[in-house]
Amino acid sequence: MRERRRVVVTGIGVVAPGSMGREGFWDMITEGRTATRRISFFDPARFRSQVAAEVDFDGVKLGLSAQEVFRNDRFVQMAMVAADEAVADSGLRFGVGDADDAPDPDRVGVTLGSAVGATMRLEQEYVSVSDGGRLWEVDPRYASRFLASALVPSCGATELAVRFGAHGPATVVSTGCTSGIDAIGYGAQLVEDGDADVVVAGASDAPISPISMACFDTIRATTDSNDDPEHASKPFDARRNGFVMGEGAAVLVLEELGHARRRGATVYCEVTGYANRCNAFHMTGLRPDGVEMAEAIDRALAQGRTSPDEVGYVNAHGSGTKQNDRHETAAVKRSLGPAAGSVAMSSIKSMVGHSLGAIGSIEIAATALAVQRGVLPPTANYEVPDPECDLDYVPKVAREQKVDVAISVGSGFGGFQSAIVLASPTRRES
Amino acid sequence: MTELLVTGLGVVAPTGVGVEEHWASLVRGEPAIRPVEGFDAQRYGITLAGQVRDFVPADHVAPQLMVQTDRWTWMSLAAATLAAEDAGYTPPEDDVYATSVFLASGSGGNEFSQHEIQGLWAKGPKSVGAYQSIAWFYAASTGQVSIRDGYKGPSGVVVSEGAGGLDSIGWARRVVRRGTPAVLVGGTEAGLCPYALLCQVTGGRLSTAERPEDAYKPFDRRANGHVVGEGGAILLLEEPGAARARGAQKVWGEVAGYGATHDAHHHEDPAPDATQYARAIRLSLADAGVSPDEVDLVVADGAGVPELDRLELDALSAVFGQRSTPVPVTAPSSWTGRLMAGGSALNVATALLAMRDGIVPGTAHLDDPVDVPPGVDLVASSRVQDLATVVVLARGAGGFNSSLVLRRHRPEETS
Repeated sequence: MRERRRVVVTGIGVVAPGSMGREGFWDMITEGRTATRRISFFDPARFRSQVAAEVDFDGVKLGLSAQEVFRNDRFVQMAMVAADEAVADSGLRFGVGDADDAPDPDRVGVTLGSAVGATMRLEQEYVSVSDGGRLWEVDPRYASRFLASALVPSCGATELAVRFGAHGPATVVSTGCTSGIDAIGYGAQLVEDGDADVVVAGASDAPISPISMACFDTIRATTDSNDDPEHASKPFDARRNGFVMGEGAAVLVLEELGHARRRGATVYCEVTGYANRCNAFHMTGLRPDGVEMAEAIDRALAQGRTSPDEVGYVNAHGSGTKQNDRHETAAVKRSLGPAAGSVAMSSIKSMVGHSLGAIGSIEIAATALAVQRGVLPPTANYEVPDPECDLDYVPKVAREQKVDVAISVGSGFGGFQSAIVLASPTRRES
Repeated sequence: MTELLVTGLGVVAPTGVGVEEHWASLVRGEPAIRPVEGFDAQRYGITLAGQVRDFVPADHVAPQLMVQTDRWTWMSLAAATLAAEDAGYTPPEDDVYATSVFLASGSGGNEFSQHEIQGLWAKGPKSVGAYQSIAWFYAASTGQVSIRDGYKGPSGVVVSEGAGGLDSIGWARRVVRRGTPAVLVGGTEAGLCPYALLCQVTGGRLSTAERPEDAYKPFDRRANGHVVGEGGAILLLEEPGAARARGAQKVWGEVAGYGATHDAHHHEDPAPDATQYARAIRLSLADAGVSPDEVDLVVADGAGVPELDRLELDALSAVFGQRSTPVPVTAPSSWTGRLMAGGSALNVATALLAMRDGIVPGTAHLDDPVDVPPGVDLVASSRVQDLATVVVLARGAGGFNSSLVLRRHRPEETS
């Protein structure tokens, strides 16, 4: 059996609420600042939840051409900006022939996660062609020529492939709220299986639009803490009352270890394991025992030959709904056993909200930075303990702590449960 | 590499609901592309579509599930059941994680979502129902199949427009390599409501012809775009040892190789040449350990757009041009319209049926073929031919190229 190809992270790019770029994002979450605010994109007065974590995003100022902004939904624009930052960070130079830092274009893949794709554009254009919701048989005279690409979110993977001249396998991964973990997990599998040496992998979502807010309103999944937007996202706190919608993107450059070493790349961490499972229970409900998420964590740890004792940090899904945080706490206890009692576990959704499919990649970016820098971001707004959520959630203040192995987990509509394991390049393998 | 067996097929297509219904219609050359029913497609300059007329959702989907889901998911639920029944498959009781659902998706729950957005803007947020959040998103069909049938394995959803059906098989192989013995793959699509059709019209690749014989004509000199179809196929793939252990009675064929590339040229224009498309085909052949000479049939993407048809022929000629006898090439999508993610999955089912019966279905309305390059033999009318190795090709708008190699099952060599 051939030696397993190992996958490392050599570049990170982030577009997150309340900050600019990777370093702005890192500063913000380690300072415990929150980016949740009253919705400004539209008048939220008629909605139950009026809070969101919005990105002050201007694609042109961030390096996109006017044409790129014009033809693409916001989710694609944010993915492009995050990918540009990640690729620049990696030091890889695409499309420059045989230079040392130029990967073989045929060996570069793209995996982009998105839960809801071009929802924002599809809704906005629908308002035009339906005359504000009056016409079922919509009027073609008002249709933009870019609706065909908006209809199918694979346009996002295409834009990234074209941007970097990546001729390897490309796809959009759309498993709802685990899309961002799954996209990076699939990207790692492309490298492991020898189908690519480099993968531009990440996720993006821009769901702060009336239809998304309305559909979560009706099932009361989102918070109604409208009078205190800055403290609306309260994961693991007994007062938690739903998630805060967010948006954003994060993209990682995944690279085969030998490929990264040969060019002397800086390595953030290694992706040592990834697994997902389904609960086959309910599209939105979670059983409190967390069995299937625990199974995903167990499998991901086993792949990287990492033991529960080695896990120093759990980057939680921590959405701030009653059922999720209880479910997840149970899953981590089930997987880590006694080690759960001493593990640090935090939810950055307390600060940047829940950007559906994107958040999984944003959280992996945070986890990779935490492993590299020995600082764990906190759970903001954590005040009142809940007896059912009794782990160490790193309340409010970041913690300096060296971590050899960290996991990031996610859970989503459809019953999807995903876990990924990141290990420090300086970790001593047991 | 792991060779995978296809042990079950479920088809919901314009040609019929059920694998044999589809096949009989295709072999007889029955017209499944007809004038659009249900709404005024003429508003968008469109007359024809491949609608699934024989599909009675209530025959396949429980009432409480039907109200929560879009037509696209009804078709997935139906096709998943048909595939499991065809395979005689029930998930093992001692391992709830032994079965995965890994489907391709294209445009999600279109009609359901149009209703809800319509209500939101016409009447306000309170008119949006409780199921919009689970009916529209691209993972809805995968999630619902997993829940209904109790499949807890590592499931997934990929989107690569028309290439998705093949790509779901490519990704499922990674799932099997990592220890899950059975995966449902493929996908369905339902983009025939006013807004989804309008979106597709803006892409500029739909035929506006009014008669089927003038409309979707891949590789014909009068090719002028494609016709939208709906439906697709779901297939059960199994690791050979697991299939044997449960006593699987039927093996449709083996998934022997797969390759995928991206043109990475332009966000909507076709690539300047067929380099990457040809590379995808070569990757799949190398993966399968098959030489171009051994390929008995190619089931083509058959875009029906002159420039794209030319690129496909160039790719085929680049791979098969040195053969002593040209490779037969057919485009059965011409009978159904293009089903986006469902289309390439349906073509895999069609290829396996062709292999079973030794019949190559022809290409509809191929009256005046374009000049074919060396190595290519376009199949206009159904023909009888022994088939042991078949290549299925698919492309997705934007530059996705995928190729799958299927092989007739040789039990003596895998036992």
